[in-house]
Amino acid sequence: MDNNTQNILIVGVGGQGVLLASELLSEVAMMRGLDVKKSEVHGMSQRGGVVSSHVRIGAKVYSPIIPYGQAEIVMSFEQAEGLRAMDWLAKDGRMIVSTTRLVPTTANFGGLGYPDDPIAEMKKKTKNVIAIEADKIANELGNPRLINTILLAVASPFLGFEKSVWEEAIKKLVKPKFVDINLKAFAQGSKLAEASL
Amino acid sequence: MKKLLSGNEAVARGAFEAGVKLAAAYPGTPSTEILENVAKHFPSIYCEWSPNEKVAFEVGIGGSLGGGRSLVTMKHVGVNVAADPLMTFSYTGVNGGFVFISADDPEMHSSQNEQDNRYFAKFAQIPFLEPSDSQESKDMVLLAFEISEQFDTPVMLRMTTRISHSKGLVETSDPIELGEQNLFDRDVKKYVMVPGHARARHKHILDRTAKLAEYVENSPLNKVESYGTKLGIISGGISYQYAKDIMPETDILKIGIGYPLPNKMIKEFVDAHERVIIVEELEPYYEEAIRIAGIHKIEGKKYFSREGELSPYRVAKGLQKAGVVETVAEPGYDPTQLFPRPPVLCVGCPHRGFFAVLKKLKLTVTGDIGCYTLGTLQPLGALHSCICMGASIGNAIGMEKVNGSKEDIVAVLGDSTFLHSGITGVLDAVYNQSDITIIIADNRITAMTGGQQHPATGYTLMGKKTKSVDIAELCKALGVESVRTVDPLDYDETMTAVKEEIKRPGPSVIITNRPCVLMPKPVYDTPYEVILDECNGCSACFRIGCPAILPSKEMTKKNRPKAEIDPVLCNGCSLCAQVCKPEAIVLTKQPEAVK
Repeated sequence: MDNNTQNILIVGVGGQGVLLASELLSEVAMMRGLDVKKSEVHGMSQRGGVVSSHVRIGAKVYSPIIPYGQAEIVMSFEQAEGLRAMDWLAKDGRMIVSTTRLVPTTANFGGLGYPDDPIAEMKKKTKNVIAIEADKIANELGNPRLINTILLAVASPFLGFEKSVWEEAIKKLVKPKFVDINLKAFAQGSKLAEASL
Repeated sequence: MKKLLSGNEAVARGAFEAGVKLAAAYPGTPSTEILENVAKHFPSIYCEWSPNEKVAFEVGIGGSLGGGRSLVTMKHVGVNVAADPLMTFSYTGVNGGFVFISADDPEMHSSQNEQDNRYFAKFAQIPFLEPSDSQESKDMVLLAFEISEQFDTPVMLRMTTRISHSKGLVETSDPIELGEQNLFDRDVKKYVMVPGHARARHKHILDRTAKLAEYVENSPLNKVESYGTKLGIISGGISYQYAKDIMPETDILKIGIGYPLPNKMIKEFVDAHERVIIVEELEPYYEEAIRIAGIHKIEGKKYFSREGELSPYRVAKGLQKAGVVETVAEPGYDPTQLFPRPPVLCVGCPHRGFFAVLKKLKLTVTGDIGCYTLGTLQPLGALHSCICMGASIGNAIGMEKVNGSKEDIVAVLGDSTFLHSGITGVLDAVYNQSDITIIIADNRITAMTGGQQHPATGYTLMGKKTKSVDIAELCKALGVESVRTVDPLDYDETMTAVKEEIKRPGPSVIITNRPCVLMPKPVYDTPYEVILDECNGCSACFRIGCPAILPSKEMTKKNRPKAEIDPVLCNGCSLCAQVCKPEAIVLTKQPEAVK
């Protein structure tokens, strides 16, 4: 296996902006002249299902899917979805998770319920859990749909691309109307990242 | 210049660079984005949503006969619909190049089966190309058109969900210079497939396949990557990438053209290696073909499943079973410990209304392909069969004919599905007088695939305003005597209509008239809330399966959870308020403050 490949898994629920986040990350890698593959399956994503996007960056990438246990970063926009993505997290990998809880109707009907504290469960399995109240920060900024950008900013120091490249990617890919608020969200997330280092 | 493109975007780009004149399709996951991207980025190409894949294919044939390069795209099951023109177009061959995309869906991410369409190419005796990433998706479109014109044949480009929806870097180029278009030549011996002509064309197919068998031995699409190992791997498509990821320095024969196979090349490769393992997704297509060619020192499906998608893990496990890989990273977290998060009908979805009625009346419901198939999920559980596009009506007729009046049967299908292949079903119900009720859930868009126009929306794929078929008038013209329209989110009105129509002799049609809550524009209205003091915990609102209705922490005296409504998710469809007997669900007083 090619050990020089950087693997990042981004997960969440339909409508949370998982695909935009992986698009931004891929764009940044591409601007830095690296090979990139990213993979996700759409179709059902609009209807409240799980959305996951695999991003692989390196000199030459083959499989667009990350093998189990090889993601150095897992970003989860929802607590329990982070738990579902644990299989991909590398032993010394980092789990960056928003404290957002989205409980589906199906979890209300007997059987398997929504876990009481998914983040505590994660901490039992890995030491590097960074939990961020991204929904709270997003609401303070005035738009609940910023969890993706905030988490990307928190992850950015571990990804090794300069801040200016991220800003350039945001300007290129985000709808013009939402560029400013996304730049603000990125700045907020970066502050948190510095604090957590 | 390099761009990050999905396989589907790359095919659209390839069509542009190949000088395609015409592109036609019916939407179907995972193929839909190809034509959406053609329409969005390459306005020089005439493109259309056709009513179904058969028509799209025939339009494409027309384009080819007229001398223009033509592209037709569809999901794997779409090829079943288009199989009729395909099988005979193989006989006539082309004028302008003709390429169609079969986008297969291993793992059935969004499909009713996972058929392996590589067999279709063999069945029709036409070449197929199989890309393994976005760059190849683009390059192979150009090459497929060359092969089509050189060998006088339609060509299939076989994608899979993983190729269509994964993104990778693609080197783009300017469109190629094509010579002057060869206008239609009235060569009736080539294009009029009556028995006398078709017999001669069958010979053409056999000659063509023999020539192609030579061609594929020297095509750069089939290639050996040598590292001097005793083990050899044969693979193609996405499986090649997984194999490379796991064993980057093992000899590998990558298949780019899967029909006909390069048998000489394969024999040399097999002879030169101690062991050869074939890594392929779904059926043992290569394995069978290679054995038929008399090459037997190969191993394959005994290590890999025929079910579902391959993945780095599944390929590694197979290679471990074969004894050529030692350790494989195992998943450590058991996902069955976690609650499922299946797709559900959206908050405010108009389909929920009539499904609540069908559930209440405990009717047998034959279903169809679309968002409304989700009506089968609990707690609604109000749809009981789903086979293929348009099947609901025929299924209902057959069931009614064998059961007589023992039960009332309702067929449910959407507007786009009705126009795709439900019209002939209605015709049969009228012609053979079947006592069924047909609900056409008209949300005025092809919703499941992400919101495409169709013949009743009034717009074309290219964004032009056009005629819009009147579904009610069409049903009347087919001979249905009772055609009525209801608001599916008016519970009582829908209840009355269904009760009356199921009792009516002969076929009747109920058309629901609410547009999709998401597309083309999201519908928002004042959200509802639950007055907890009034809620008696009867759970009637839970049973409509709305994602915005949650159990409250507050319990009734009988220790049942009361209901709560998420004010951000709720968009005010009002269905829950209508089924709430104690009238505990009311409009929020301060909608502005909440939204």
